[in-house]
Amino acid sequence: MNTVKNTRLSKRLKRKRAARIGSNIYATLVFIFIYIPIAMMVLFSFNDQRTNYYWNGFTLDWYEYLFTRSDLWEYLVISLIVALASVILSLIVGVLGAMGLARFEFKLKKLINNSLYIPIVVPEVVLGISMLMLFETCHFPLGLWSIILAHTTFCIPFVIIIMRGRMAGMDMSIEEASQDLGANRIVTFFRVTLPLLVPGILSSAFMAFTLSIDDVIITNFVAGPYATTLPIKILSMVKVGLKPEVNAMTTIMILVLVIGVALNSVFQALLKKRAVTSNKTYF
Amino acid sequence: MATNKGTTLAMGGRGHGLKSKAPAMATAGPVSIWMILFVMLPLIYILFISFMTRNTFGGIDYSFTVENYTEMLQPLYLKVIFKSLKMAFVTTVVCLLVGYPLAYWIASKPPKLAAKLLMLVMIPYWTSSLVRLYSLNLLAMPNGFISLALMKLNIIDKPLDILYSDGMVFAGLLVALLPFSVLPLYSSIEKMDRSLIEASKDLGANSFVTFKNITIPQTFPGIVGCIILVFIPALGMYYVPEIMGGGKVMLIGTLVKNQFLVTKNWPFGASLAILLIFITLAILWIYTRFAKLEDLEVC
Repeated sequence: MNTVKNTRLSKRLKRKRAARIGSNIYATLVFIFIYIPIAMMVLFSFNDQRTNYYWNGFTLDWYEYLFTRSDLWEYLVISLIVALASVILSLIVGVLGAMGLARFEFKLKKLINNSLYIPIVVPEVVLGISMLMLFETCHFPLGLWSIILAHTTFCIPFVIIIMRGRMAGMDMSIEEASQDLGANRIVTFFRVTLPLLVPGILSSAFMAFTLSIDDVIITNFVAGPYATTLPIKILSMVKVGLKPEVNAMTTIMILVLVIGVALNSVFQALLKKRAVTSNKTYF
Repeated sequence: MATNKGTTLAMGGRGHGLKSKAPAMATAGPVSIWMILFVMLPLIYILFISFMTRNTFGGIDYSFTVENYTEMLQPLYLKVIFKSLKMAFVTTVVCLLVGYPLAYWIASKPPKLAAKLLMLVMIPYWTSSLVRLYSLNLLAMPNGFISLALMKLNIIDKPLDILYSDGMVFAGLLVALLPFSVLPLYSSIEKMDRSLIEASKDLGANSFVTFKNITIPQTFPGIVGCIILVFIPALGMYYVPEIMGGGKVMLIGTLVKNQFLVTKNWPFGASLAILLIFITLAILWIYTRFAKLEDLEVC
């Protein structure tokens, strides 16, 4: 009797184990599919061949070319300026906006809240043409500023959504305490609220940065002939075939991003730790 | 203080003094103005332009017409529209079929590992999507890895002719959009009450019945969220068909783009944009039947 039960049990366990192994294999295959293009890109940045079509041997020439003679940096600098400016703008508007939308009641609140989802859900091409029409109709010159304004527009909703999530989990009674102790709203904002929001602000900044630095669809409409971001430059190069210097540049950018992610998570963990210890000393 | 004035107008409040309004204006004011100026007004303008007439110089005559909408019914454009819908639909279905088990697998891991795995899903999305698509093209070249490997294995005797085809456009959409299907699916699977699954199994239902009657309904917001984040972008991503289709595959995104950047036919482009907005609204309407907009996991 007991043995029958045991074999049944072990059969069940075996089936469970098989299912687990199967699902692990499946997940690995999906990850391989996602990562194949990136692996190819990195691999070909070391390829000793101009046209990027087949593997010819290992070389670091493209990195040397990138660092000495390439003009890609020009476009990267524009991309970075745009990303930085739109991160700062969208943080200012977004962080304040998240607070305002969370705490105050006003007539258009529902409309504004819903409008935040428009840039997220509407196809980017629609957003791109709406921006182009806006700038052209107002005779606003296409260039660096039009790109920054467009990027800020699609970053703001993401900042607000992230900040809203973070603020929901925050103890706002500390703000009241600060005001009870005599600080005015502005002092309270800078000395109490803002420091509490730092982790959320960092996440939002990171999100906005990644959105801005890789945007093709909207930038293509509002860039105009005088300001070219890196993705727009790459888009024009793709049609005639990319040179491996682009692969080298992208490889370096991933590396920087991955390091950035790692630093961000370390930093967030540190902040959390500090918050916990400071709580302990206070309460 | 022009901003403050604008805000007061935007909020249209009455009965309170300016002083008590100041914090609300200072915080919610800028975002309200920004969203109205850069999002809402331009969309209303698109709707307006879509009923105007294009003049011979690529400008706009302000006379009312519905011609831009009837033009869409031409077989040429209908074909593009249906092909785009079909492509986006297939991409969404495959993203669901591939992403759901992956999201389920990640959700079954301990939270710390799950967070790392999600990160792993999102990292590719931080790299230039253009370069990734191009890499995919390299694989598909007649002397690319796929053809060479299959010839080595004697499965085929001459290189595959898959470069610049519908299939590659589809593969490109999949590579570009798969990460976005995993996020909403993961969050709804993670929130699911797993004791219901056990209860269902204890009551004698087999895995399939349990999955159909418990898991799917419980994770439905995630599924519709996935449709929002995959189906809608798939309609508009014009650079995917351009790179993967080598200019041979025309989808609605490219058609819209060309009206603005190539042929300068704003009214027709605007009417196509309105079509895209309607499709989006329809899907959103379905979504709000099942979940709140606030719960849409986008980041």
